Amino acid sequence: MSSKHSKKEPDITRRKFLSRSAATCALAAGTGLWGYLSYSEDPVRRKSDKIYTFKNFQVPESKDHPSMVIIHGRDVKKMADTAMKKLGGMSRFISPGDRVLIKPNIGWDRQPEQAANTNPDLVGAIVDLCRMAKASEVGVTDVSINDPYRSFARSGIEEAVEKSGGKIRFTTQNDFVLTDLRGKVLQVWPVSRFYHEVDKVINVPIVKHHSLSKCTIAMKNWYGVLGGQRNRLHQDINTSITDLAAAIKPTLTVVDATRVLVRNGPTGGNLSDVSIENTIVAGLDEIALDSYSLRFLDLMVEDVPFLTMGAKRGLGVTDWKSLDYIELKV
Amino acid sequence: MKFITLQNIRRIYSVFFFTLFVILIGITDFRNMKGYEVSLFLELDPLVAISSFLTSWTLYKGLTLSLIIIITTLIFGRYFCSWICPMGILNQWISHFMNRKRPVDDYRINAYRQIFRFKYYLLTLLLVLAAFGSLQTGLFDPISFITRSFSVSLYPALNYSAVTLYVKQPLFYGGVLIAVVFIAVLFANRFISRFWCRVLCPLGALLGVLSSQSLLRIRRDIEKCTDCQKCLRYCHGACDPHTELRVSECHVCMNCIEDCPEDAIHYGMARDNSSVHTPVDLNRRRLIETAVAGIVLLPMMKSVVTAATDPQHRVIRPPGSIAESEFLRRCIKCGECMRVCPTNVIQPALLESGFEGLWTPFLMNKIGYCEYTCVLCSQVCPTGAIKPISVEKKIGKGPFQKPLKIGTAFYDTGRCLPWSMHTECIVCEEVCPVSPKAVWFKTIEMELRDGKRKLLKLPHIEPELCIGCGICENKCPVHDRPAIRVSSIGETRSSTNRMILSN
Repeated sequence: MSSKHSKKEPDITRRKFLSRSAATCALAAGTGLWGYLSYSEDPVRRKSDKIYTFKNFQVPESKDHPSMVIIHGRDVKKMADTAMKKLGGMSRFISPGDRVLIKPNIGWDRQPEQAANTNPDLVGAIVDLCRMAKASEVGVTDVSINDPYRSFARSGIEEAVEKSGGKIRFTTQNDFVLTDLRGKVLQVWPVSRFYHEVDKVINVPIVKHHSLSKCTIAMKNWYGVLGGQRNRLHQDINTSITDLAAAIKPTLTVVDATRVLVRNGPTGGNLSDVSIENTIVAGLDEIALDSYSLRFLDLMVEDVPFLTMGAKRGLGVTDWKSLDYIELKV
Repeated sequence: MKFITLQNIRRIYSVFFFTLFVILIGITDFRNMKGYEVSLFLELDPLVAISSFLTSWTLYKGLTLSLIIIITTLIFGRYFCSWICPMGILNQWISHFMNRKRPVDDYRINAYRQIFRFKYYLLTLLLVLAAFGSLQTGLFDPISFITRSFSVSLYPALNYSAVTLYVKQPLFYGGVLIAVVFIAVLFANRFISRFWCRVLCPLGALLGVLSSQSLLRIRRDIEKCTDCQKCLRYCHGACDPHTELRVSECHVCMNCIEDCPEDAIHYGMARDNSSVHTPVDLNRRRLIETAVAGIVLLPMMKSVVTAATDPQHRVIRPPGSIAESEFLRRCIKCGECMRVCPTNVIQPALLESGFEGLWTPFLMNKIGYCEYTCVLCSQVCPTGAIKPISVEKKIGKGPFQKPLKIGTAFYDTGRCLPWSMHTECIVCEEVCPVSPKAVWFKTIEMELRDGKRKLLKLPHIEPELCIGCGICENKCPVHDRPAIRVSSIGETRSSTNRMILSN
C-alpha cells in the first residue's frame, strides 16, 4: 500500500491503464479534429453583416387631392392641420397601427429662434396628427452634427415631441446598420437602423443657406440618416444629395419655412441671419418642394444643380407650378 | 440584538454616502446634472481646500463646505474616513471581501504597523510643495483619486459594457493608466487591509492630525477590560483599541464598542477608568527629511518645460480656464470636467504641459470639440481652475464684447483637399459655429493636371473670429491628421500667448 510519504509511484491497474489511454487518445483525436475544422487560408474569420435596403415608404398618388400645399400664417399648429386637411388628411398617409418615423433637421445645438433646426411646434403638430391617425408609434430621429443630447434638448424638439406623445430616438454608435443606397457615388453606408424598423417616414426639413450646396431643404435633409464619415460627401455634394433622395422615398414631406436661415448656414447663430417667412409647404415631391422654397434664399433652380440632377433621374419636377398645388393663408 | 447601535448607524451612513457619490458622478452629464452640486465630495474635502489655499491664498466658493469636516473632525475625531469618504468605504468593502475571515488573521491584519506612518510624510511633502506653489495633492487626495478613476476609467468601462451609452463610447487618452493605478490600489487590500487609508492617504493623515486633540473619542475602561483583544478584530483604522488607542488612526467606526464582551469601550468623554491614548506616531527626523525633500524637489519640478514657461501648442485648456501658471496651482486633476464634457474632447494630459500637469484637462480635437454654447466644465470645477462662465460670456454676446478664445485654427494647406487635391470640401466652413463664420473661402479657378479648369472654394481662417473650438479639426475628412488644426495661440486666458498685434 502506498502511504502519504512513500515516493514510489503506485502500480497501475489494467482498467485504469485502459481508461487513461482512451482519454489521451480522445484528446489527441480532438486536437486533430480542431486543427482540421479551424484550418483557414484567411488570418481572420469574417462575419458578413446583413446589408439592408430602404423600403418604399410612399403611398399611391391621388387625383382627388393636390400634391403640394403652401400655407402662410402665424399659428404653426393650425397651418400644419390645414396643410394636412388639404392633402386629404393624415389618414391618407398613415394607416392605423403604422409605425411612423419623423425626420426633422436637428443637426445643431441651437435654439428655435436661430433657425438652424426645424421649428419644434411644427414637429410637435405632426406628431399629434400622426397619433390622431392612430399610428402605433411615432418616433423622431436625426443624426446630429453637434452633441445629439444638446441638439435635441436646446432645439426644443425633445420637449415638443414628448408633450405630443412621440418618442425621441437618439442614434447611438450601436444604432447604425449597413445599407445599400444603390446610388452613383453612395453605395453601402451605415444608416440609422430606425428607418428599417418603421412603415412610414415623414421628412420635416427647414429651409437654410448652405455654402457648398447653396441650400439645405428636403433633399439635403437625408444627410441625417447617415453615420460613418459622411463629411466625405462634400466632395461630390450634388450627386450625393441626389443619390440620397433617390434611395429614400418618404411618405410625406413638410418643409418648415417659418423662420429661414439666409446667411451663415447651416449653423447660423445670429438672429440677424434669420428671416421670418411664416410659411410651411407640404407635399409628395421633394424636388418641387425644394424648388418652391428657393425663393426664400433668393436662388434659382439653375443655381442648385442637384435639383436638375434629381429631375433627370425622375425623382420629381423642378417646375412646381406644373403641379396641382394650393396656396392659402390661415 | 439591538439594531440601532452606533456601528449600524455608521454602516447606514457609509452606504448612503457611497451611493450618493456614485449617483453624483453618474449624473455629471448634460442630461442629468440640472442644478445638482455634483462636485459635493470634492468640496467637502479639507485637503483640497487647505492645499489650494496654500497655493493661491483663497478658500474658493464651495470649498468652504470643507470647514464642516474640519470643525467636526476637531470635535468628533477622524470619522470622515469610514462614514463619508467613498474611497475609504470602498476600500473597507474590498478588504473585507479579499481577506480570510479566521479570527487569528483578523487580529494580525488589523494590528498597527510602522509603515502606517508613511501617510504623514506624504502629507508633509504635498503641503510643502503646495506652500511653495505646486499643487500635486490631486495625485493622492482620495476624493480626487476616486473621482478621476470613476470618471475616466470605471464609468467609460460601464459604457463599454453598454449599460448606458452617451451616444458614443467615451475614450480617454491614456485612461488605462488611471485604471491600472486604481485597480492596483484596490488590490493592495489583499496584502495590507485598507492599504490606501492606512498607508497612503494624505487626507487621512490630515484628519488624523486634526483629530489628535478631539474631545469625543473611543475610550477603553481599564478596570472592565480583560485584554481579550476582541475589539481589534474588526478595527477599521488599525488604531490599537485594545491598548492605548492611537487617536489619529481611529476612524470612529464603532466596531470595537459592539465587539467588546465586557462593555468596556464607549465613545465619548473620558470616564474615571479610561485608558490613556497614544499621540500621532511620527519620527521627527523623517518628518524634517520629507520637508527638505519637498523643498529640493520643487525647483526641480519647476525646471521643466511646461505650458506655463513657454506656450505649448497642444495644451488647449477648457473654456474659462485661468492663466496656465495659476491653472496649475488650482487644478486637482479630479476629472469632473472630463466626465461632464458632452463631446469627450477634454482629456487627461500626460506630460504635454509638464510633469506638474499630469492628468490635468486638455482638449484633443481629434476625439471631440468644444461645443459652442456649452459651459458645463466650468460649472463642475470645484477649485476654480476653470472659472464658471455663462454662455453669453463664452460666445461674446450682450455686455461681453469679445468671445472667449481657447486657441486658433490653422490650415495645413498641403493636406487640405481643395488647396492641394483640387477636390470640393469646405466641411470646416459648414460646421464653424460662429456667425459670421471664422472660416471663409475664396472661389478660385484652378488649372488641373490635364489642363482643364475647375472652380474651387479655398478655405481661409479669420483669426479675429476664430474661437478655437476645434469642430473644424474634428470634422475634417482628412481625419488621421486633420488639414485644419487648432493650437493654443490667441487664447483669452493668456496675455502672452498671442500673435496678432491688434488683439
